[in-house]
Parts: sequence; structure tokens; C-alpha cells
Amino acid sequence: MRAPDSVEPGLIIPGRSNGLLDVPRWRFLLSLLVKKELRVRYRGSALGLLWSYVKPGVQLIVYYIAMGKFLGLERGIPNFVIYLFSGMVIVNFFGEVFGNTTKSIVVNADLVKKIYLPRELFPVASVWVAFIHLVPQLVVLIIAALISGWRPGLVNIAAILGALILTVLFALGLGLMFGAFNVLFRDAENFVELILMMAAWVSPVLYTWSHVASVLPDSLDWVYKLYPITQAVELNHVGFWIPTSAVQERYPDSTGPLIDALPMWAGAAFVISVLWLVVGQAVFRRLESRFAQEL
Amino acid sequence: MTRAIVVDQVVKQFTLRHTWSIKEYVVWNLTGRGGELKDTFLALDDVSLTVEQGESVGLLGRNGSGKSTLLKLISGVLRPDRGQVGVRGRVAGLIEVGAGFHPDLTGRENIYLNGSILGMTERDITARLDEIIAFSEIEGRFIDSEVKFYSSGMFLRLAFSVAAHSHPDVFLIDEILAVGDEPFQHKCLERIAELRKEGQTLVIVTHDLNLVSQVAERGIVLAGGKTVFDGPIEGAVGRLRGEG
Repeated sequence: MRAPDSVEPGLIIPGRSNGLLDVPRWRFLLSLLVKKELRVRYRGSALGLLWSYVKPGVQLIVYYIAMGKFLGLERGIPNFVIYLFSGMVIVNFFGEVFGNTTKSIVVNADLVKKIYLPRELFPVASVWVAFIHLVPQLVVLIIAALISGWRPGLVNIAAILGALILTVLFALGLGLMFGAFNVLFRDAENFVELILMMAAWVSPVLYTWSHVASVLPDSLDWVYKLYPITQAVELNHVGFWIPTSAVQERYPDSTGPLIDALPMWAGAAFVISVLWLVVGQAVFRRLESRFAQEL
Repeated sequence: MTRAIVVDQVVKQFTLRHTWSIKEYVVWNLTGRGGELKDTFLALDDVSLTVEQGESVGLLGRNGSGKSTLLKLISGVLRPDRGQVGVRGRVAGLIEVGAGFHPDLTGRENIYLNGSILGMTERDITARLDEIIAFSEIEGRFIDSEVKFYSSGMFLRLAFSVAAHSHPDVFLIDEILAVGDEPFQHKCLERIAELRKEGQTLVIVTHDLNLVSQVAERGIVLAGGKTVFDGPIEGAVGRLRGEG
């Protein structure tokens, strides 16, 4: 086989792209794909996007009553419902990005088989759709936080942004990898569902890091701390839960039951997520040439 | 002359997979590995050709001769197992009518979606929007209703119209010339003739021999994944007719 550049100058090799780096050039198509996706999701629905506000709102009230009051979790963790919801928002976002990106190539099989486009467009479109669904949850969370006396500083806002970026990087890296596997074996979808079910429980969403620290052997606690979603959840706690009044009263000079040395661990998790994304993209590119014939 | 498409000693093999599940794989191992686990099929076997800029070429052959595979290799949807494909500029066209259309979007929205899938910019599409709608002969009140309410003829006309106005450097057409009713078909042919005059490079795959002799000047006949004829379209058509 000859070297790829032996084709005469001026000719390009069809079907080759720079992967994610090409996506910005296609942003108009990307915006149309996102719009299409949203349209399809809300077709035939009278309330449309409003449902995205109603569901998390009701969910939050139910948690407040059932877990905060009845189960009495509020006694251990002040403003428990804010603690819970700020973590849950991240886990939901992770689930939606990871789940949708995994399915994105198979769902768009018609296009992938017939017309050449940088295939990364489909997973990236899924990320935007997931982000649009995150907004209503964030709005509900912000309202609840404000009621609880939320007074964020710059650090807290930065923590929220960090949490979201960390989640997207990690989920997209995983999604590219599993999205490509899913073309070859549809088992990947089921496997991802299993992972997502676990994801909700292995991050400190329903409990605090101190609960984990007391059980997990010291030799293993770095594994838990390096898991990017743990760090994203903790960053979101810093963003939404820490600067509420009841928490400030209880832990005036510390981050309370959150992971200690958070900036360092979050930084490490960030590096891991970026590496994941590079690995995910590499796997995706390797398998990409087989997409059209395997679908 | 500059070359628009270069296909150099291309081999494309498909794997027809027999086993899909782990259970089948284990059973196959335990039963002494009887039979082949995979079956392969050679769709293109050492095909070479070049197309000059401004040429219009008809790709002919019986079903399963590798025409569509070759077209997909040129568009980049598939990649060759061996050999090389090179193209100059943007390749687009109608590989299959309606790919890139969504039934829940309106006609107008679909023009934008499909146009940008074919590589047009937002500005291109907006500039040619009226032309595209006029060519498709879809009435004003339908263009803003969802495509799922369209008749199949309307749908095909809109799809052809978008592609015919997308101005790629290499225009590929796969089996779509039988679009719509007779008058519209005639209009499609006129549009293709127009594109030819403008110096558009065309590659057309079709079974309709009468039609292809009107729109192409050169014909390439594939059989069993090999090129068996490459020359004037009359010769290619004659060869296929001769074979029956």
C-alpha cells in the first residue's frame, strides 16, 4: 500500500477528517441537528419544553419532603435537598451526555451510511441537546438555592463551570468510545445503562465524602477521588450548597464534609478527563472507517 | 485538463458476518470450528479510473457489480481496503433520495438541514432558497408544513431540487433520475444538462440506459467488481445491451 499523500497535489482523500477539531467548521449544521433533535423529542406535546421544568421541580419538592423531612437526612446535612440536587444535576447530565452520545451514531445510521460528514458531529450534537435539558434543572436548582440563602462568590461560580466542563469532557470521551463500539455490537448500549445506574450511587450524591472515607481503606481512597464525576459533583456542591446560609453557619471556615484539598483532586480529575477524551477520539477514529458498512 | 477524481487500484471487500452473539461463537468453537466464521465478498477488485474536471460519466453494470460501492468510496462514506481515492474539492449529491431529510421538520427547515449536510453554507442556502422552492414546484402553503404530510413525489422533488442547487465540485447521482412524474423528470434532465454546460463534473449511477445516454458522454461498465469497459457512452450502453 502506498503512502496516503501519493495522490497528486490538490486532490483530497474523501472520508478523512480531523475529528473533533473539524466540528467548529460545521457549526451551522450542528445547530440544525440540535434543533431537529429537540423538535423530535417534543413532538405532539402541548407543554413542550415546559415539561423539562415541571419534572425536576416536582422531583425536588418530593425529595425535600421524603428524604429531608421524613427520613431526617436534613439533620446530618444542612440544606440536604440542595446538597442532593446539586449532585443529581451533574449525574443526570453525565447520564444524558454519555447515554445519548453512545446511541448517536446508530440513531443517525441513515446519514452515516449515505453521506460523508465528520461523524463526530453526531456525538457533539448530543452534548448540546443534553446541555439544553440541563438548563431547566439548573434553573430549578438556582431558585431552590436562592430560597435557602444562596450567596455565591466568584469561586463558587467558577466551581459550577468547572463541574460542567469536567462532566462534558469525561462523558464525551466515554461516549465517543462506546458510540463507536455500539456500531459493532449493540451490547454497548446495555452496558452503558449499567454503568449509568452505578454512576448515580458511586458519587457522593446521596451521602457525603466523609461517609465514604470512614469505610474505604486509605489505600483506595485515591481511586474514588480521581473519578471525574465524583469531582464534578463535589465542585457543584462548592458552587451551590456551600454558599447557602445554613451551611455557612455550620461550617464557617471550611468546606465541611466535602473532599479535602479539592482543587488538587479536581485538577487531577480534569487531566484524566482530557486524556479520556483523547483516547475516546482515537478509538472512534480507528473504528470510524467501518461505520458505514457495519450499520 | 485537471483531474477531478482519481481511483487508483482500489479493492473493497465486505465481511458478511455469520456470528453475532457470544453463544454462537462458543458453540462454533466447541463443535470443532466447522465452516467459516466469516464470509467475505469482493465488491471492487483492483479498480482504477480517472475523471477529468467537467466530464460527465455514467457508471453502469448489473445489480451487485459494485457501482454503488464505488460511488460511496468517491463520496468518502466508505474507505478502500487497498488502493487510493482522491477527489478535487467538495463531493456531494444524491446518494439516496431523502437521506438527510427529517419527517418532523417543515419543507423549509429540511432545505436548510439537507443543504448544509451537502456542504452548503447558511448564506448559500438563503441565497438560493427561492430558486430551490421554485424548482421543486412545491406550493407556498406546503413549504412550511412538515415533510411527513408530503406526497412521495413532492418529497423526491424537494430532495432533488436541494441537491441540484448545492453546487459541489463533483456531483454524484445514484439511481434517482426516475424521480417524480414525466414533466418533472424532464426538468431534472434539463437541469443536469445545464450543470454539464456550467462545467460541473458528474458521476451518474443508473440502470436506465436511455436516460444515461442523454446525460453522460462517457460510460464505465462494471462487472463483478472490475471495470470491463471504459469509453464513449454509446459503447458502454451497447455493451450492456449486448450482454442482455
